[in-house]
Amino acid sequence: MSFLEVCDIHAGYGGADILKGVSLSLREGEIGVIAGPNGAGKSTTLKAVFGLLHVSKGAILLDGNDITNRRPQELVRAGMSFVPQEKNVFPSLTVLENLEMGAFVRRDDYGHMIERIFDFFPPLREKAHQPAGELSGGQRQMVAMGRALMTEPRLLLLDEPTAGLSPKYMSEIFEHVVAVNRSGVTVLMVEQNARQALAIAHRGFILASGRNRHTGTGAELLADPEVARSFLGG
Amino acid sequence: MNEIVFFINKVLVAGLVTGSIYAMGAVGVTLVFAILRFAHFAHGDLMTLGAFIAFALTAAFPHAGAIFGLPTAFVMLPAAMALTALLAIWIDGRFYRPLRERGAKPVVLVMASVGVTLMIQGLLRLFAGTGTRSMFIAERKDIFRIELPFELARRKIVITEPQILVILFAVVAAISLHWFLTRTRTGKAMRAMSDNPDLARLSGIDTQQVVRTTWIIAGSLAAAAGTLLSLDVALKPDMSFNILLPIFAAAIVGGVGQPYGAIAGGFLVGFAEVLSVFNWAILLRPFRPLLDGVVELPTHLAFVPTEYKLTVPFVILVAVLVWRPTGIFRGKVI
Amino acid sequence: MTTYRREIILFALLAILYGAVFTLFGAAYGLRMSVEALCYALVALGLTIQWGYAGLFNAGVMGFVAIGAFMTVLVSFPPNMAFWNSDMPARLGTVALYAIAGAALTWGATRLNRLGVPSRLRTLIAVMTGAAAWLVVSAALDPVARDIERQAGFIGGFGLPVLLGWVAGGAAAGAVAWFVGRICLGLRSDYLAIATLGIAEIVKALLKNADWLTKGTLTVSPLPWPVPTPEQVGFIWGRALYLALMATLVVVAWALLERAWRAPWGRMMRAIRDNETAAAAMGKNVNRRRLEIFVLGSVLMGAGGAALITFTRIFDPAGFLPLNHTFLIWVMIILGGAGSNLGAVFGALFVYVVWVMSEPAALLLFDAVREAGQAWFGWQAPADLDSRALQARVFVIGLTITLVLRYAPAGLIPEKATMQAPRPSAREKN
Repeated sequence: MSFLEVCDIHAGYGGADILKGVSLSLREGEIGVIAGPNGAGKSTTLKAVFGLLHVSKGAILLDGNDITNRRPQELVRAGMSFVPQEKNVFPSLTVLENLEMGAFVRRDDYGHMIERIFDFFPPLREKAHQPAGELSGGQRQMVAMGRALMTEPRLLLLDEPTAGLSPKYMSEIFEHVVAVNRSGVTVLMVEQNARQALAIAHRGFILASGRNRHTGTGAELLADPEVARSFLGG
Repeated sequence: MNEIVFFINKVLVAGLVTGSIYAMGAVGVTLVFAILRFAHFAHGDLMTLGAFIAFALTAAFPHAGAIFGLPTAFVMLPAAMALTALLAIWIDGRFYRPLRERGAKPVVLVMASVGVTLMIQGLLRLFAGTGTRSMFIAERKDIFRIELPFELARRKIVITEPQILVILFAVVAAISLHWFLTRTRTGKAMRAMSDNPDLARLSGIDTQQVVRTTWIIAGSLAAAAGTLLSLDVALKPDMSFNILLPIFAAAIVGGVGQPYGAIAGGFLVGFAEVLSVFNWAILLRPFRPLLDGVVELPTHLAFVPTEYKLTVPFVILVAVLVWRPTGIFRGKVI
Repeated sequence: MTTYRREIILFALLAILYGAVFTLFGAAYGLRMSVEALCYALVALGLTIQWGYAGLFNAGVMGFVAIGAFMTVLVSFPPNMAFWNSDMPARLGTVALYAIAGAALTWGATRLNRLGVPSRLRTLIAVMTGAAAWLVVSAALDPVARDIERQAGFIGGFGLPVLLGWVAGGAAAGAVAWFVGRICLGLRSDYLAIATLGIAEIVKALLKNADWLTKGTLTVSPLPWPVPTPEQVGFIWGRALYLALMATLVVVAWALLERAWRAPWGRMMRAIRDNETAAAAMGKNVNRRRLEIFVLGSVLMGAGGAALITFTRIFDPAGFLPLNHTFLIWVMIILGGAGSNLGAVFGALFVYVVWVMSEPAALLLFDAVREAGQAWFGWQAPADLDSRALQARVFVIGLTITLVLRYAPAGLIPEKATMQAPRPSAREKN
C-alpha cells in the first residue's frame, strides 16, 4: 500500500502543461528521489504535489486520501511540509523564530520539537538567537529543513536541498536527510546531484520532458547502464 | 538663557510632538508596505476619520473626561481606535482584497487607495462640513508653565496637556509595538510575512489573519495620531493633505517595511521641519552687542518660511531616494 | 480586423450629450464647456501615455498643469512697467547672481575630495556650504520680493506670443518631470506616486505664496488669447475660434501619439510594459524609455494646463486643488481605457461634462434632501449644506475609481490592436 501516490498528473503555470503525465509511488518511511535533466519538470512535480500549481489532469493521493489541488495550508495540516529551493528562510527572523514559524499551525506545546531539531542540527543551537539571514548557506539549509520539520510531518518535500552548496556541506545535508528519514519521515526530494541522491534513495524517478523515463529502486537505477549514460554523466 | 528656553519651547517640544505624530502614522504606512506591498495613500484620511470618530464620541459624552481628569477626546481614544481599526479592515475587504486576489500590480492598489481617500474626504465634508473644530467641547486645554530654577531664565517652559499626552502615548505605543512584534505569535508571523510572503504561506501561516492584524495596528495608530494631533492643534477635515507627504517621507527614510525605521524617520522628519522653520536669529540675539557694527544681524533667519514647510519632507524624501533608497534601516526597495 | 462599432456608438452618445448641453444652456456656455473639455483631453492624453503605455503613476498631475499655466502667464502677460522702470530688476538680478554663486560654491564643495579632502569631511563642508548659501540667498531675496510686492505688485510677464507661452509651459513641466523621473524611475513604482504628489503640493505652495512672482491669491487677469478675444469678436466667435484651435491641437497630439505607438518606439514600450524583465534582458534601457514617456506626458499636461488657464483668462493659484483635480483626470483616463488614446479623449470629454453638470445636480439633490428632511422630520439642515454638497462630489470621483478598477479594469474603450498581456497567472488563493 503506497503512502504517496501520484497518478499521471498534468500541470503547468497557466500556459502549456509542463508535466504531461508524471506518476510516482512512495511507501511510508522511504526516501524518493526525482532526478532528470534541466527542464524535465522535477521541481514542477514537487510543487504540484504541494498544491502550488494547478493540476489539470490526474490525481494525487496521500495515504489513500485525494489531495489533488488542495491548498498548501491544508496540506501542512494533513502532515506535509515543503522546503523550497531558494528563499527558504525568513532572513530577519532569528533561527528560533524561524522554527516557531514552522510550527505556526500547531496550537500545542512544541518545545520538545525545537530541542529535537537542535539535536539534529547541532550548529543551530548556538546560533538560535541570530537572524537566519546572517548564517552560511549550509546552515540556512538546516534552518529551512528544521522549519519544515516543526509540524512533525509524515511527508517532507525537498526541492534541491544541496543547490549552491560546497561538496563538504552537500554530503552533510545528505546525511541529515537520511537521519530525518530514519526518524520516521517519508522524504520526496528533487536533486541535481543524482548519483549521490540515488545512493540514499529507496525509490528513484527519472523524468524527461515532463514524463517518467525510468523508475526503480535507487540501486537499480544506479546500476542501469542506460540511466548512467543518459542521466548520470557516464 | 531666555533664548535657550525659547529654543526648548519652539524646537524640542514641538519637534517631539510632531515627530510622535509622524512616527505613529509612518508605522502604519510602513506595515502596510511590508505586508501588502503598496503605498497606502488613504492613510492620511484614515487619521482624519479616526479623529472625527473621536470627536463624535466626545460630542456624545462631553463630560466623560472629567472622571479621569483627562481631555474627553483622549478618554474616548480607545473606542475611536477600535472603530477605526474595524473600518480599516472593512475598507480592505471591500476595496483592496478583490484586487489583490486578482493578482493586480501594487500600483493598481495605490490607485484604489486614492479612490478610498477621496471617498473618505467626500463623506467627511458632507457630514461634518469644511470648518475647523476644537476637540475641547466642555473643557479647556490645560497649559503647564514650568519655571526654571535659574536666575537668568525669566521665560518659562510651556507645554500643554495634549502635548504631554502625545509624547507619552507615542512612547507607550512604540514599546507595545516592539513587544508585539518580538514576543507574540502573530507579531512574529507579521515579520515573517514581511520577510518572505511565499514561505509564510508554505509554512501554514494564516495570511488573512496577518493582514487583519496589520490593519488593526495601522488603523488604530492612525486614529490615535489623528486624534492627538487634533487635540494639540484643531480638527480640520483637510488634515491629510499636510500629513501624507511627511509620513511617507518618514517611512521611506526609515526604510520601507521597518517599523523601528518608521519611528526614527518620523522624529527625523518632525525635527527637520521644526528646525527649518525656526527663527535662528533669536539664538544669535545674545551675541548682538559683540557683533554690533561688524555684521548686521537679520531679525528673521529661518531656512524655510512657514508657508513652505511641506518642502522639508519632500527634500528629505528626494535626498534619501537619491543617496540611499533603502533608507536608514535597509528597507525593501522592490 | 478590429471593428470600431463600440467607439462609434460611444462617440455618438457623447455628441448627443453635448448637443443637449448646447440646446439647454445656449451656445456660449456649450462652447465654453467644449473648449475646457478639450484642454482636459490634452492633459488626459499626457496622463494616459504615462499610465497606459508605461505604468507610471503620476499623483501630481495638477502640479504639472499648474507649472504650464504659470509659465504661459510669465511668457505672455503684458510686461509690468512699474517693475521694469524701477531698480528692482537689477536687484533681482543681483539675487540671481548670489544664487548662482552659492550653487557654484556648493557644487565646488562636493568636488573637494578631488583635492584630497576626506569624503566625510567633504560631505559635511558641502552640506554646510549649501545651507549657508541657501540662507544668504533667501535673506537677500526677502527684501527685494517685499519691495516688488509693495511697489509693483508683481513682476508681470514678457508680453510674448501666447502660443510661445504654451510651448514654454510644456517645456517647464517636462523639465520638472525629467528631474523627478531621474530620481524615482529606477525605484519601486509607488515612489514615483509619492514624489509627484509632493511636487504638486510644493508647486501649489510656491505659486500661492511667491506673490512677487505670481501675484499669489490676488490673481492675474485678463490673460491674452492666441485668438481674437470675446471683447473683439463676441463670445460665440471668440470661443468658437478657441475651440477650433484646441480641436486641432488635440487631433494633432492624438495622431502623433497613434503614429508613435505603431512605430518601433511604441513596440518597444509595449514590450517593456508587458514584460519588463524580458525587455531588460534584451538590452532595452527600461528606465531611459520610461523617462522619455514620463517627460513627454508631462509636456502634454503642461501645454494642456497652459491652454486651460489662458481660456479662463484668470490665473488663480488657489484654484489648483492637487488631489481632487488630479484624480478627476485619472477618472477620465481609467474610465476611457488606460493606454487607449481615443479612450482618453472620450473619457475627458465625457467626464468633464458629467463633472460640470454634477454641480447643479448635486445642489438640486441636496435641496430636495433639505426640504424632505424639513417636511418629514423637522430636520434643520446645516447652513453650509450647499458648499458641502459640492465638496462631497469628490466621493463620486473616489467611488468611480474604485469601481472601475474592480469591475472594468480595461475601461470603456480598451486599448486595441496590441496583444493584451496575459494576466499575472492567478496566484494560489489563500
